[in-house]
Amino acid sequence: MIEVCNITKRYGHLTAIDRVTFRVEKGEVLAFLGPNGAGKTTTMRILTSFIPATEGTAQVAGFDCAEQPDEVKKRIGYLPETPPVYQELTVAEYLGFVGKLRGLSGTSLTQALDRVMERLSLGSVRQRLIANLSRGYRQRVGLAQALIHDPPVLILDEPTVGLDPKQIIEIRELIKSLAGSHSVILSTHILPEATAVCQRVVIINGGRIVAEDTPDQLSARLRKSEKISVTLKVPPVNVADRFREVPGVEHVLTTADPHTVLIECALGRDIREDVARFAVGQNWGLLEMKPVSMTLEDVFLKLTQREDELPKSNDTTIGEPH
Amino acid sequence: MPPVQAIIRKELRSYFVSPIVYVVGGVFLLTFGFLAYLYIVFTGAQAIQLMQMQGGTAQINLNDLVFRNLFASMRFVLLLILPILTMRLLAEERKLRTFEFLMTAPIRVSEIIVGKFISVYLVFIGMLLLTTLVPLTLALFSDFDWHPVLTGYLGLLLLGGFFLAVGLFASSVTENQIVAAFTSFGLLLMCWLLAGLGSLLGDTPAGQVVSYLSFMEHYDHLVRGLIDTKDLVYYVSGTVLMLFLAHRIVDASRWK
Repeated sequence: MIEVCNITKRYGHLTAIDRVTFRVEKGEVLAFLGPNGAGKTTTMRILTSFIPATEGTAQVAGFDCAEQPDEVKKRIGYLPETPPVYQELTVAEYLGFVGKLRGLSGTSLTQALDRVMERLSLGSVRQRLIANLSRGYRQRVGLAQALIHDPPVLILDEPTVGLDPKQIIEIRELIKSLAGSHSVILSTHILPEATAVCQRVVIINGGRIVAEDTPDQLSARLRKSEKISVTLKVPPVNVADRFREVPGVEHVLTTADPHTVLIECALGRDIREDVARFAVGQNWGLLEMKPVSMTLEDVFLKLTQREDELPKSNDTTIGEPH
Repeated sequence: MPPVQAIIRKELRSYFVSPIVYVVGGVFLLTFGFLAYLYIVFTGAQAIQLMQMQGGTAQINLNDLVFRNLFASMRFVLLLILPILTMRLLAEERKLRTFEFLMTAPIRVSEIIVGKFISVYLVFIGMLLLTTLVPLTLALFSDFDWHPVLTGYLGLLLLGGFFLAVGLFASSVTENQIVAAFTSFGLLLMCWLLAGLGSLLGDTPAGQVVSYLSFMEHYDHLVRGLIDTKDLVYYVSGTVLMLFLAHRIVDASRWK
C-alpha cells in the first residue's frame, strides 16, 4: 500500500532524511519510532505530498507522491503533529468543512459525520466551539478529520501526544480497530505505544533507518546474552569475582545498589540453578533472582545512541524485568 | 459542493464569528458616514453663502462637492482598513498549523487562493452596500447625477479588489499577521507614491509608465464618471497579478 524507496530530503546542507526505504502492506500498522528531530515528520510530509523528496520515490496505493499528488491526497487521512483545527468553528462545522473539501456532500456527508462522531465519541461536543475544547478532544477532532472520508491509508503524527492515560488507551484501541481494513503509519517516541498497537516497527535516527522488525524480534535480535539480576542480603566485598567461579558465567556487573549484581551467560544457557545453589552455599542470603530481558526501550536507546554516548553506569542498562 | 465554495463558506463563517469584520466594518462605515456628513455640511454652508451673494437660489453640484471628495477620501480609508481584513487570510493558517492540512487536502492551491479572495471580497462588497444609504438618503432630498456616483462605486469595487489582492499576497509571505498588514500598507503606499513620482517625471515616457502603474489616476477617472478600458484593465490585471504571486508563494513554500 505504501512503498518508500531510497528517499532523501535535504534542506540546504542539512540532510533531514537519508535514503529511507520501507513498505507498508495493506491492513498493516507500522510504527515510526525515533527521537525528536529524527526525520519522522519529514518522511510523513513527503508521503502526504506536502513536500517533495530531494531524491528517491514514494508511492501510496500505487500513485507517486510527487507526480500524482491529487490521487495520493484523496487516499490519505493525515493527522499532523498539531491537530489542524479552526478554533472559531464548532466541531460539526469543522468536520463538515473537511468533508466538503474531501468531496462529500448531502447524505454521504451526514453519514460520514455521524460515523466519525460516533467512532471518536464526539457526539457530546458536536455543537461546541473547538476553541473551548480540551487538548484531548481537539486531538480526537483531528483524528476524526483524518477518518472522515474513510481513507485506505492513515498517516498519524504522534496521535497520542497530550492525552490522558484513559484517552491514550481509547486512541490505541481505535488504531488497532483500523488495522486490517486500513494501512496505518504512526510516528511516536513513546515505545510502549509501538509495542501496543503495531505489527512492525521502523526505528529512525538522524534521518536513517537503523532497524526494522516486529517489536518482539527487535528486542530478541539485540539480546546478545542472557542476563539475570541477583539480590543478596549480605554480599561479600568481591562479589563479582566470586560469582565468576560459577561455571558458565561470562560477566558479572555491579549496579548502583551494592546488594544487586547482574550476571551474564551465553545465549541459550540457563545457569540460574547453579547461581542459586552457589549463593545459598556461600550463605549470602539470596533474596531475589530474576531474568532480565531487553525491552524495546533498551533497543531504542542502544540503536539511537552512538557507543560513546551509552550510559556508563550499569544500572541504567537494566531493563524491565519480565 | 465544489471545494472553492466550501472554502468561501468557511472563511465567511470565520470572519463573522470573529470581531474583525465588526470592528473593520464599523470603522469603515463610521468614516464613510462622517466624511459624507462633513462634505454635505460644507456644501450647505457654501450654498448659503452663494445665495446671500447672488440672491435667490443657487445651483449646487452635489456630484462635484460631495461625492467626488467623498470617493477621493475613501482611497485613503480603504488603504488603512483593507489590510486589516486580509492580514489573517494565509498568515493565520501558517501560524495555527492548518496550512499543512489545507495543502494535504485534495484541493488545488489556486482554489484556496481564489476561495479566500472571493470570501474577503464578499465581505467588502457587503460593507460597500451599506454605504449606499448615503446616496440613497441624499437622493430623497436633492437632485444629482447618478452616473458618476455609480462609476465611483465601480472605482471603489475595483480599487478594493486590488487592495485585497495585495493584502492576500502580503499574507502569503509571513505567518505573522502584523507583518502581513504592514507589508500591504507598505506596498500600497509605494503604489500610491508612484503617482507623485510620475508627475515629477512629467510628460515623458517614463513618467507616463510610472503614473500608469499607480492606482491614483485610474481611480480619479472613474470617480469623475469616465469608464475607460485602460483603467479597468489596470485593476483587473493588477488584482490577478497579485493573486498569481500569492499562488506562487504558497506553492513554493512546499519546496523550502
